[in-house]
Amino acid sequence: MSLVRFLKTIFMIDFLTGLIMAIKEIFKPKKTINYPFEKGSISPRARGEHALRRYPNGEERCIACKLCEAVCPAQAITIESSERVDGSRKTTRYDIDMLKCIYCGLCEQSCPVDAIVQGPNFEFATETREELYYNKEKLLENGDRWENILAANINADSSHR
Amino acid sequence: MAELFIFFEQIYKILFLLIPVLVSVAMIVWLDRRVWAFVQKRRGPNVVGPFGLFQTLADALKYIFKEIIIPASSNKVIFILAPIVTMTLALIAWAVIPFSETFVLADINVGILYLFAVSSLGVYGIIMGGWASNSKYPFLGAIRSAAQMVSYEVSIGVIIINVLLCVGSLNLSDIVLAQEDLWFVIPLFPMFIIFFISALAETNRPPFDLPEAEAELVAGYQTEYSGMMYAMFWLGEYANILLMCAMGSILFLGGWLSPIDLFPFNVIPAPIWLILKILFLFILFALIKAIVPRYRYDQLMKLGWKIFLPFSLIYVVLTASFLMYFDLLPGN
Repeated sequence: MSLVRFLKTIFMIDFLTGLIMAIKEIFKPKKTINYPFEKGSISPRARGEHALRRYPNGEERCIACKLCEAVCPAQAITIESSERVDGSRKTTRYDIDMLKCIYCGLCEQSCPVDAIVQGPNFEFATETREELYYNKEKLLENGDRWENILAANINADSSHR
Repeated sequence: MAELFIFFEQIYKILFLLIPVLVSVAMIVWLDRRVWAFVQKRRGPNVVGPFGLFQTLADALKYIFKEIIIPASSNKVIFILAPIVTMTLALIAWAVIPFSETFVLADINVGILYLFAVSSLGVYGIIMGGWASNSKYPFLGAIRSAAQMVSYEVSIGVIIINVLLCVGSLNLSDIVLAQEDLWFVIPLFPMFIIFFISALAETNRPPFDLPEAEAELVAGYQTEYSGMMYAMFWLGEYANILLMCAMGSILFLGGWLSPIDLFPFNVIPAPIWLILKILFLFILFALIKAIVPRYRYDQLMKLGWKIFLPFSLIYVVLTASFLMYFDLLPGN
């Protein structure tokens, strides 16, 4: 042990340096936020709660191609479809089991018409399991509620797709 | 009738001391978490009550409603007794702490010995808990804790001898009054540092929290405890920390005395000064928790036996020689 090291140990120089630094840190601004009252920024790519979008004229975007159902690694999506009188193919059932879902975003990526998207909402905890078995009505309702933000997010991310 | 009156008077006195101590233990847990969080640039508990002050009460309420699980293979009597012993021992030591010249529950002549004896007994609660759990992690934690507390007890004992040499009395009030001219922290500064570090080890605080090293031993001797029994261990631990801070401020920082005998300082009542000194030491405890990594077990033992013990023994010789040579021995 060199003399300098010895003296440093005896007078606890390293420890005191750390202590002074800790005291300085106390007065610096905090890095965390008061979560339920303040919220952090969310990326436009955030993969939160799902939503089914509509065209501006109110028609559902989903064409029941079932790509999302096929790509879903957790097999959380169930789709049934039928032909309408006007000849277009639409879903009659579109269920997502939010408990199975792993929020990977593959459904959103696979969708050719930007119908199924994952929005920025991650605060959809419920008190029962049943409430998290989302059906088509719930997903469309989500789409209607979040449409402005969803459209803005897709637009913001469009140059990277 | 007269006996009954004395009996109730004593009960009131005890409650008058005990309830503030328990409340301040709760507040000190909050302070500890807050300081720790602030150093790490977090906010810490700030939701329950003003500034989150009631967080500990909320936690205690939660613990009360939790189930107490007693392991099937444990020694049930000792298992239940262990947290009770820990908490009782942490609280009875407060009887001799003088808050001012007149305000002390038991003004006994061997106060410091009593304090030392009670804090040594504290290790029994931990050994009992670790042994009675009949499980490997609590057992290892208890062994470590026993070895650690016994080792550092020795150097604390020698440090106390230093102070006693300068005072000439074992009475805690006399120890404080002997510091009226000069706090012992100035002539015995190295001893104060060693006392502080030993107090960290004695109360199983970081960097000496080996008994509950969560990375190796889950939670050490507390692993099998749950509900209120765990909370009692926890309360006892913090009461012990407060006690060590009180001991440090009485032995070295002049107890209830004000720093200088001048106008704005000497009107502040004596207990406030003691509380301020305890708080100062406790904030140091909390800061140290935030900045130091945990010691390895052999390093801990080496520090205790090979560095602190010889150093404090040499300092005893130095203090004694100094006092003899300059004829400053108390009582002469």
